[in-house]
Amino acid sequence: MSPAVPVPSPVSFLEKTNAFFDRPLGKRGRLTVLVAALLLIPTFFFPLWNMTLFSNQFQDGLDLHIYSYTLAGGHTASRDDLREINTLNHYIGMRPLLESDFSEFTWLPLMTGIFFILALRAVVIGKVASLVDTAVLFMYSSLFSLWSFYHRMYQYGHQLDPTAPVKVAPFMPPMLGSRQLANFQVQCYPGAASYFMVAFFLLLVAALVITWVKAR
Amino acid sequence: MKKIERRALIAGSLEALGGLFLAGCRRRPKVEMRQGDVAEAAVATYVAPGDLDPYYLFYSGGQSGHIFVAGIPSMRHISTIPVFTPYPGTGHGFDKESKAMLGGYLWGDAHHVALSQTNGDYDGRWIFVSDNANNRMARIDLRDFKTKQILGPIPNVSGNHCSSFVTTNTEYVLAASRFSVPLPMGTYAPIEQYATVYKGVVAGVKVDPKTGEMSLGWEILMPPFDYDLGTTGKGPSNDWAFWSCYNSERATGKLEVTSTQRDRDYVTAVNWKLAEQAIANGKYKIIDGVKVIDPKDTPGVVYFMPCSKSPHGVDVTPDGKYIVGSGKLQSITTVFNFEKMLTAIQQKNFTGDEDGIPVLKYEAIKDAEVNVGLGPLHTQFDDQGYAYTSLFIESAIAKWKLGTWEVIDKIPVSYNIGHLCVIGGDTVHPDGKYVIALNKLSHGRHLSVGPSQPESSQLIDITGEKMKLLYDAFTESEPHYSQVIAASKIHPIEVYPKEESRNPNAIWDVKDAKIERDGTHVTVKMTAVRSNFEPNKIEVNKGDLVTIHLTNIEQTTDETHGFGLSEYNINTSIDPGETKTLEFVADKVGVYAYYCTSFCSALHQEMQGYLLVKPK
Repeated sequence: MSPAVPVPSPVSFLEKTNAFFDRPLGKRGRLTVLVAALLLIPTFFFPLWNMTLFSNQFQDGLDLHIYSYTLAGGHTASRDDLREINTLNHYIGMRPLLESDFSEFTWLPLMTGIFFILALRAVVIGKVASLVDTAVLFMYSSLFSLWSFYHRMYQYGHQLDPTAPVKVAPFMPPMLGSRQLANFQVQCYPGAASYFMVAFFLLLVAALVITWVKAR
Repeated sequence: MKKIERRALIAGSLEALGGLFLAGCRRRPKVEMRQGDVAEAAVATYVAPGDLDPYYLFYSGGQSGHIFVAGIPSMRHISTIPVFTPYPGTGHGFDKESKAMLGGYLWGDAHHVALSQTNGDYDGRWIFVSDNANNRMARIDLRDFKTKQILGPIPNVSGNHCSSFVTTNTEYVLAASRFSVPLPMGTYAPIEQYATVYKGVVAGVKVDPKTGEMSLGWEILMPPFDYDLGTTGKGPSNDWAFWSCYNSERATGKLEVTSTQRDRDYVTAVNWKLAEQAIANGKYKIIDGVKVIDPKDTPGVVYFMPCSKSPHGVDVTPDGKYIVGSGKLQSITTVFNFEKMLTAIQQKNFTGDEDGIPVLKYEAIKDAEVNVGLGPLHTQFDDQGYAYTSLFIESAIAKWKLGTWEVIDKIPVSYNIGHLCVIGGDTVHPDGKYVIALNKLSHGRHLSVGPSQPESSQLIDITGEKMKLLYDAFTESEPHYSQVIAASKIHPIEVYPKEESRNPNAIWDVKDAKIERDGTHVTVKMTAVRSNFEPNKIEVNKGDLVTIHLTNIEQTTDETHGFGLSEYNINTSIDPGETKTLEFVADKVGVYAYYCTSFCSALHQEMQGYLLVKPK
């Protein structure tokens, strides 16, 4: 007979976890969270997502940049891309992309601000629990934002005006990657701000790991 | 390739004179090119699809009233800038603003273009062009290649041919009378009084250094000669302007005979800084609202330099030290030394006067008589110290060296060259590289298009010792003069940015489109965007005055929309971001379509609306 391996009871696991949650963050952990918080600042200066539409007559691509707080098109001396995209889209009955139609542009920056404050709170209060709260909430709201983005794209591609001059089958624009839509090669990729967001989350996790390793 | 009959080239004056006297007789191309040269020329002028020419060529369009724009070295015609003449292609002269600018004239005779200069080099801001017919001057902004101002008819200037040369910092654009008349314009005097009562005028049109806005500067009352071409000084001669003239005989009648009796005519030299001063000191009289200087009252402002018979071109070398006058009925071109001119003035080395204007002693101011060939007309300069003189009678260009005055090379052109143009050839820093021959006769060197033949221009390589013909191009009537500027010096916009729109009648949203009635005046604020006009229905009563403010709300390059109104003679084009105003009286009852005339989209045909005019 082999010696009985002690099975941790659920109660003791929770107790252990509780104890870990109550642990203060170490110096390195706090520093990591601080760096993470600071990474949220540049998200206001870079787009979250970029979409480029290439065609024969727009070989340099029509650019659409989605920021957390606004929608911007490429703008050169000879072209206003957002205006152009809306002009072209009206032929298939797509609603014009209007900044005022997106509630995201209000709550996304607010949310980013809240996460900035929550991260700073974790640095100051210095409990693992506050860090976990921040990370979990952030994951949830990021997934919600992604779903919201997906939903928007779906709506734009599906709620087409039935009286449009050019009838196309409802479609889902690409969120990630490249797709041919009529004469346009549409490329859609996350922008720098998204990478900062991901980096923010990864640093929160890193802070957790650092603290965990130290606790063992 | 079409086989062409090649003929041995017989150089010399016999053939050249033949060119003059047999003008109109059909001839075969005579300029021969070897096979190797053909390939070389093809490579030198070929601009591959998608590539850009490195230079802009601006042709004055003569009696068409336009300016033509081509690329160099491809010689491809790229665009036409309408100036003095209505042009349905862009709607010039149809909307309220440009219609007012044309002042009721249906045409102008666009003779000489002049790019604006800073420190004697083209600065790429504006191009000016003169109207020989109706005595006007126009300014085109090179930011959008549109005519922005037409000044004139300029009072007292009759036949504004020797215009629109600019001073080195675009302080003035020159103007002058080719056809002396009794002044002010509108005065009657019998032709027998020509020599005494008729007057010529040379003038400087003032240019605002910031906006380019032209206004009347100074005018100088001159003897009744025919002032022909002008130029401005550079460097040491910066403060001077020069005009050639024919008919110093003060003759009337059959001028080809009566005005060609004397062996010499004149180049007029004007110290424009002193002219400015004279005006500032109140030494002028007002004629027809303009400050006019009488040279009798202001000594030192004007002199005459005797020049070989009936000169056309007068040109100043890049260093500003020499003035080259070309007597088109002789075989020499005369080089005057500016320094000697000043000395002669100082020493009062005069041989007489014309209406109080001193005539300088020819021998005292001339440095050389260059034997360029028959019918020298216009001279331009390159960056290597060479001059290029067009020879109308001889149908050739002579290349000669400044300083040694020897003729180095000559190349035949097809045919009867008028002006020529070296890149930057009238600036202080010529680029050289090419000379463009603006030929008056093409004699069927192109696919035949019947008796009305196009004009011919030829591109010639001048980088080597020998000039090399590269390319023939043809234009509509009738380029007289041209200038070439590096493409890098011009920065055009391609849409009118919404942010810059200052037109109070502009609207930028389809929702703002509206029709308002004030008595019998109907005002429409209309948008044009792919592929609709808003409103697409305008209902008025017979006799209503209809004003349409039309804004193209596009911000994409080349998305120009047109607006044509059937049977109402209304047409215009509106570029992206542009607002234009159309005005007419709805005097015909019925229903008339308006539609987009400038192909814009897959649904361009659908871009239409109706004007419904109800009977009273």
